[in-house]
Order: sequence, then C-alpha cells, then structure tokens
Amino acid sequence: MSQEDHLADRTSKQWRYDVLFRQVTRFFAFFVFSLLAALIISLLIGSMPAIKTFGVDFIFSAEWNPVTEKFGAWVPIVGTLVTSLIALAIGVPVSFGIALFLTELSPPWLRRPLGTAIELLAGIPSIIYGMWGLFVFAPFFAEYIQPWLQNSFEDVPGIGFLFEGPFMGIGMLTAGIILAIMVIPYIASVMRDVFDIVPPMLKESAYALGATTWEVVWHVVLPYTKAGVIGGVMLGLGRALGETMAVTFVIGNAHQLHSSLFMPGNSIASALANEFTEADGELYTSALIELGLILFFITFVVLVCSKLLLAQLQKHEGKIT
Amino acid sequence: MKLRFSIIFLVINLLVSSIAFAADITGAGATFPYPIYAKWADAYNKQTGVKLNYQSIGSGGGIKQIKARTVDFGASDKPLTPEELQQSDLTQFPTVLGGVVPVLNLEGVKPGQLKLTGDVLANIFLGKIKKWNDPQIASLNADVILPEKNITVVHRADGSGTTFLFTDYLSKVSQEWKDKVGADASVSWPIGTGGKGNEGVANFVRQIKNSIGYVEAAYVKQNKMNFAQLQNADGLYVSPTEDSFRAAAANAQWDETTGFYEILTNKPGQASWPITGATFVLMPRSPANPEQALNVLKFFKWAYINGNEMALALDYIPLPHGIVQLVEDSWRTNIKNKDDQVIYSIATK
Repeated sequence: MSQEDHLADRTSKQWRYDVLFRQVTRFFAFFVFSLLAALIISLLIGSMPAIKTFGVDFIFSAEWNPVTEKFGAWVPIVGTLVTSLIALAIGVPVSFGIALFLTELSPPWLRRPLGTAIELLAGIPSIIYGMWGLFVFAPFFAEYIQPWLQNSFEDVPGIGFLFEGPFMGIGMLTAGIILAIMVIPYIASVMRDVFDIVPPMLKESAYALGATTWEVVWHVVLPYTKAGVIGGVMLGLGRALGETMAVTFVIGNAHQLHSSLFMPGNSIASALANEFTEADGELYTSALIELGLILFFITFVVLVCSKLLLAQLQKHEGKIT
Repeated sequence: MKLRFSIIFLVINLLVSSIAFAADITGAGATFPYPIYAKWADAYNKQTGVKLNYQSIGSGGGIKQIKARTVDFGASDKPLTPEELQQSDLTQFPTVLGGVVPVLNLEGVKPGQLKLTGDVLANIFLGKIKKWNDPQIASLNADVILPEKNITVVHRADGSGTTFLFTDYLSKVSQEWKDKVGADASVSWPIGTGGKGNEGVANFVRQIKNSIGYVEAAYVKQNKMNFAQLQNADGLYVSPTEDSFRAAAANAQWDETTGFYEILTNKPGQASWPITGATFVLMPRSPANPEQALNVLKFFKWAYINGNEMALALDYIPLPHGIVQLVEDSWRTNIKNKDDQVIYSIATK
C-alpha cells in the first residue's frame, strides 16, 4: 500500500466517523426534543376530560372537591407562585451576598471551604429539607418568629394582613422560607462562577479609578455577568416552582385561599404528590394531570420571560445610564 | 472497567429478577395494609418458598391495576359496591381490620378523658365549633377544664382509606356533613391543615397546640397520642381498643353475596368503636391464570390461620373466625376457571 492510498483510506475513515458522530449527536438532540413533545402531548391527552368538562374555569376556580368532582386549579397556582416568589425574595439577595463575599471579599483560604459547603447544600435531597422544616424549623418558627412577625407588622397598613392567624409553624410562609434555603445554593454557586470569570483587568481598572467594592460590583461585575446571574435566578425559580417533597411537608396542603401567609395553602407539585395515589375516577386523575400541564406552562412562561428580559437588557447595552 | 462491571451486574440482576418474577404472586393497592402484607409475605416465603410482591400504590391504583388484570390481586381500603364488582367481574373479601381515632393536643387533658359525639366531631371539622370551651363540647365533658382556645383542625392531605372511613362516619352521624362535604378518600375540607400520611397528621397534631386530627389506631398507640372517646351508635362512650374494633366487625352484617360490601362505621353494639374499617382484597371472578389465583387464595388462607399474631404485633385486628369462614365460602362460589370449576379446593378447618 502506497503512502497516498494509506492517506486516502485514513481520510475516508475519518470522514465516515465524522458522519457517524454527527448523526449520533443529532439523534441525541432530537431525542430530547421528541421526548419533550411526547411529554406535552401525553399531558394534553391525559387532561382532555378535565379540559372538556371545566374549560377555562379550571384555572380560575378555587373549588377542589373530589366528592362532587368539581375541580379548579386557582389555589395551587396561587400557592406555587406565592411560595416561589417568597423564595426568590429571600434567596436572591442572600445568594448575591454570598457570591459577592466569596469572589470579592473573602480571604483566599476561606473561599474553598465556604464554596464547598454551599455546593454540598445543593446536593441534599429535598425530603431532608422537608423533614428538617417540619421537625425543627416549624416549631421554632411558631414559637419565636411568627409572634414577632405578627407583633411587628400587625399595624402596618397593607402588610399586616399577611401575618394574621394562629402560630402553626407551617403554611405558605414556612414553605417559602424552606424553598429559599433550597434555592440559595443553586443561585449562589452560579453567581459565584460567573462573577469569577469577570476579567480582572476590568475590575482593576475600576478600582484604579477609585471605585469602592460595591461600585465595582454594581457597575462592572453585574453588567458583565447579567446573563449568567439571570440564568442562576431562573434555575432557582425553576427548582422552587417544581419542588415537591419539601413543600408538601410544610405548606399545610389545604385547598383554601387565605390572605395571610401564616395559613396553609397548596402548591401544584404538592397537590400532585399527595393526591395521585388515591385519585379514583377519570375526571379526578385528569384534573391532576391538567395541574401538571399548568405547571409545565408556568415554567415555560418563566423561561420565555427571562429570555425577553435578557434581550431587553442587551438592547440597552453600551448606552450611558 | 467500572462501567463494564456495572453493566454485567445490571444484566445479572435483570436475569435473576425476571426468573423470580415468574413464580411470584403480584398484588398492588392500599398503603394501609402494606406492613402486614409484607410481614405475611416474608413469613410465607420462608415456609413455602412462594414470593409475594405487593406494591403499595394506593387503593385507587390497586383498583385500576386489578381492573386491567396486570396484577394477581388488588387491594383497597374502600370496598367496591356490588354493582362495581359485577361490572368489572371482580370479587372481594376483607383481610384485616383497623380503626380510625380522633387525636388531639390539648393541655391539661389526659388521653381518653375527652368525650365527643359524632355530631360534635362533625361540627368541629365543619368549623362550626371554633373554641375548645364551646358549650357543645363542655356539656359532654363536665369533669374536664377546657381552655378558651381556637381549635386547629388537621386532616390528611393525601387521598386515603383513613379519610374515607372518617368522612363516611361523619356523613352517617351528621346530615350537614353529608350535604356539604360527603365521604371519599379525599374530600373538600371546609377548614384545616393537611398532613401527608398518618405520620404527617400525627406530627402536626403533636406540634400544633389546641389541635385535633384523626389517624389510624396503630399510630395512636405507637406515638402515645392523646385521643378522644367517641359515642357509638348505642349511645355509649367507648375507647379505641382491639376489643371495640372487633365488636364493630362482629356486629356487621357480612354478606358474601354483596361482595362483603360493608363499611364498619357507626355499627350497633355496646362495645363497638364507631370508626372501624376493614381492608379488602380484589380478585377476578374468572382469572386468566387459575394456578396463580389459587396461589393468592392459599396465601390468604395461610395468613388467616397463621398471621393473627403478626397482625396484632403491628396493631392490626385479625378478622373474627366466623367471617374467615364466610370468606372461604365466597372463594368457592365466586372464583372459577374457564370450565366453571371451583379453583379453591382446600377444606375449611
């Protein structure tokens, strides 16, 4: 075999491998896509009886009565959104602080142990958070925090109604706080990673101009990393929306609407986990599947919103603010 | 290397489990009897070598699975009505008994000290009685000092046979409950907080002061919880004990022609505990695989004879002897093969 032949053989082999490789990766990519499509389709088919029976009312009706087979998703929808918002309201600032400290302020010897600790938190199974929430946090919360919250905010107009009611330790607020603790490691570690990739030159230039650490972070680091930061927040939100076990333990699982955050509520994931096993009757099962579809839809909307937000931010890039 | 090893391991595992699967009895359904079925299955396997694979996926799931004939038997805490049985060509029989007990967290009140009637219990769960010192409760408990505290109601969040028994009882004793809420494995609760599983409710009740809930009797004993006495159909106050559950079962009109459709709530009898219930097994009347069906029947026959101690150790109440005989009779009349021959041919002891 001449050297040329050998070379030709080699290239053709490589070419074949290349094609094969391309096909395999393409298959994987399309496989995920078709899996997603299959999921949506089966959810749609499964929820058809409920969609036909209740129509749009399903979303806005607060009634959930398995005996009379009247179902509405309003309570779990509200519960899901409210607990996730509480989680973000607490989780985002705290995560930001953690990431800021780890990347800008912490002495180098402390970074690794602290960073590892946060990553470990992310790895704890959610049922552990739920049990901790129920057995440790809820009694403590009922004994000390809830009375304090009620005393402090009782007379504040516009907020006071959020903290009414008996101190049970469980309820929407507890669920939100547990969720916050669960999403913090996700958001914090993403934020830390993206803060780390900011070119030192940018930061050093700002410091050289006499900027404080806060100014450097606010005007240099954050704008440079906003896509990553928003991505981290969305990751956290995604987890909060879909979290099941931990929420089930502490949310109180009542299909009732209350203005107070101390009162029990329900979330979509929690309702599904609780009621699927004993749901008899086509309509009941179908209503639960439609709840799942709604959760899917909410997650999708959140994703779209975050993309739009990013696009909006990018439009203003380079302009003097 | 590691990967190859784990693949080999996986393949061996699959092979072994599929071999074992062939001879296994499969069942699926209610979570309530799972501990005792598992215990029986273990002991039975040691004696006979026959394995039972029971999946506690919930009564609703059990009914679906047996209707689809994917398992040898289904299990449900809520009996199917004779019409439903007829429709899906199934037969059912009870296996063990249990009771549901109102539990409370009330300072200064000893376990069993508080007395409640069904009507008052319904009014508490309807949210009509809001405070512990309400005259309706106080008039039943002249000897107990009741605090002027709000009552927190705790119920099950998940669908369950326990809830079915509890709400079925309330529907029988309170017309208002029947009209407004009704009886089912999960209902639209007028008030209260939901705990997941018996453990969840037991925990909430222990943690939340001035609360009341309901759990499976075994949980009261195991967790040493504060419970209430209930007035039964004969107007007497009873405590939830083995004997009071048995009394309720003994006073029921068990009838194999209706597929033992019998809910043991609010039964007559001086000693009867008003919220008692049996858990049921569902089987096809003409099984596709008669041998396998016979294996199931043999298993339960064995359990009725040898399983009572195990059941009591796990706080289940074995069926009274007379009912076991009725069950066996029903196997003979109901479960037949293609040629209309009786599958179960073991003599009654």
